[in-house]
Amino acid sequence: MEDHIIDVRNLSKQYPSGFQALKQVNLQIKRGEIFALLGPNGAGKTTLISIICGLVNVGEGEVLVGGYDVVKQYRQARQQIGLVPQELAIDVFAFVWNTMVFSRGVFGKPRDDAYLEEILKALSLWDKRHAKIQFLSGGMKRRVLIAKALAHEPEILFLDEPTAGVDVELRRDMWRLVEKLRQRGTTIILTTHYIEEAEEIADRIGIINNGEILLVDNKRDLMKKLGRKQLILQLQQPISQLPKELQKFVFDIDEDGKKLTYDYDDNQSNNNVTEVLAAIHRSGIELSDVQTKQSTLEQIFVGLLEESK
Amino acid sequence: MNWYAIKAIYLSELHRSWRTPLQSIASPVLSTSLYFIVFGSAIGSAMTSIGGVSYGAFIIPGLIMLMVLTETTSNASFGIYMPKWSGAIYEVLSAPVSAFEIVVGYVGAAATKSIILAMLILLTARLFVDYSILHPLWMMLFLVLTCITFSMLGFILGVVADGFEKLQVIPLMVVTPLAFLGGTFYSISMLPEFWQKVTLFNPVVYLVSGFRWSFYGTADVSLTFSLVMISTFLLIFLLFIWWIFKTGYKVKV
Ligand SMILES: Nc1ncnc2c1ncn2[C@@H]1O[C@H](COP(=O)(O)OP(=O)(O)OP(=O)(O)O)[C@@H](O)[C@H]1O
Ligand SMILES: [Mg+2]
Repeated sequence: MEDHIIDVRNLSKQYPSGFQALKQVNLQIKRGEIFALLGPNGAGKTTLISIICGLVNVGEGEVLVGGYDVVKQYRQARQQIGLVPQELAIDVFAFVWNTMVFSRGVFGKPRDDAYLEEILKALSLWDKRHAKIQFLSGGMKRRVLIAKALAHEPEILFLDEPTAGVDVELRRDMWRLVEKLRQRGTTIILTTHYIEEAEEIADRIGIINNGEILLVDNKRDLMKKLGRKQLILQLQQPISQLPKELQKFVFDIDEDGKKLTYDYDDNQSNNNVTEVLAAIHRSGIELSDVQTKQSTLEQIFVGLLEESK
Repeated sequence: MNWYAIKAIYLSELHRSWRTPLQSIASPVLSTSLYFIVFGSAIGSAMTSIGGVSYGAFIIPGLIMLMVLTETTSNASFGIYMPKWSGAIYEVLSAPVSAFEIVVGYVGAAATKSIILAMLILLTARLFVDYSILHPLWMMLFLVLTCITFSMLGFILGVVADGFEKLQVIPLMVVTPLAFLGGTFYSISMLPEFWQKVTLFNPVVYLVSGFRWSFYGTADVSLTFSLVMISTFLLIFLLFIWWIFKTGYKVKV
């Protein structure tokens, strides 16, 4: 059996306003993986995370964290989790060091200054430990939130849109930290709108829209399964119209008639690149360059969302 | 029990008060001192003593109660309202702590702060008026019970309030008037008979009366009744808090 550190079963959630934010969600997170939850605004990402972390009541269904029910065994379940919320929600009048000590304590761990020092250093916050949070920049405040979430050495780290409003450097620092945590065996779940981000660091990706999980897959398989490919042909001589040998294929000709693009599915049986190339050969068109392009997750994502509409 | 969590909440709440010593300590001590000067020394010197106690000394227990009730309620309500307002409450709500531990941490800290404040006021009063404490242990018992009770009231307010205005309405419009009319500046036997009856509906009367008894041995109502009343409040607020967490009212959706 696979080791699922988080197991969400048939989870539905209706807010008191009557809004159905989650519909029969099933999701299993493997121990030690980096999982990216992708979805547009209002998809239900934060709601899902909030339920797992105990901030929002479970509607129907059940959620297990490390085998513990988040309602009945909330202590054991929550001990394992560190959460970095989407909003910069923090007591701005507190001092960095004190807020770290608080975070560790409230999660039931004895004080360990050496460990807190290590985290603050890893997040380049050590110099700011005596600063009032009020006087830190937005990016630093976000780092403080991350440091707080790690203060009790959680096995699972939730990052709810960690890179919103964060500059390139901090983003790089953050991914370095995520990588380090993963090497220690921490499971990381992050939500994002930036698909390149998921593409860059996640092992698996889940796509959520309108409170429904549309698909969960290994990043590579996902790209393979849903990835569309493009064949791009640069011509030596411009053409104004497709030669008759090529007319049975759907080509896109660019304005100056020097570039042909052909879309195909990698895994479909109608994968007929060979035929296309043979037809080109027969037509006598001379090529200056041939290129293939794989669609990015972004395109996959947009495609999926359109399909689900 | 998650003792580390209780300690963390308790200490960080106390810490919060140290951050604003002027507002949380100096200003209530100063305003009580003004009462002592005006009512105790100036007006008091022209007043006859009440039940053998000089007027200046008579008002001390009541003034301490007045300050403790209003300060405790508003301080405790801010303690929980602020993180709710800023969103920082997410941390406590996602932590492996029970509702009971949260309440012990927040209410304990607010009550501790009020007890310290009351002690400071008591010491300051010494500068203006001569007084004695007949039953110091009873005095502490009343003080501690009152501080805990009103810290709970503040906690409830902080949870229920959905705006700064509402947060201030109860301490200002309910607690302060009740405290003023609760026998702080007079013995209720000085009131016309009809108003004496009405006053008995004011819960603060029992707190002030019991507290004053522990100083001077004289009371408007019986000691037992005072104790019963304060315990009743404690119980009511406790039940209300229990209900809040049980139903998740205004805490979780
Ligand atoms: N407390 C609430 N009461 C009622 N509806 C809510 C509440 N919180 C969230 N919602 C609704 O539930 C839906 C999902 O919200 P959620 O915050 O989970 O989305 P999200 O995927 O995190 O979006 P974003 O990418 O914008 O952060 C939204 O339509 C939102 O309006
Ligand atoms: Mg969100």
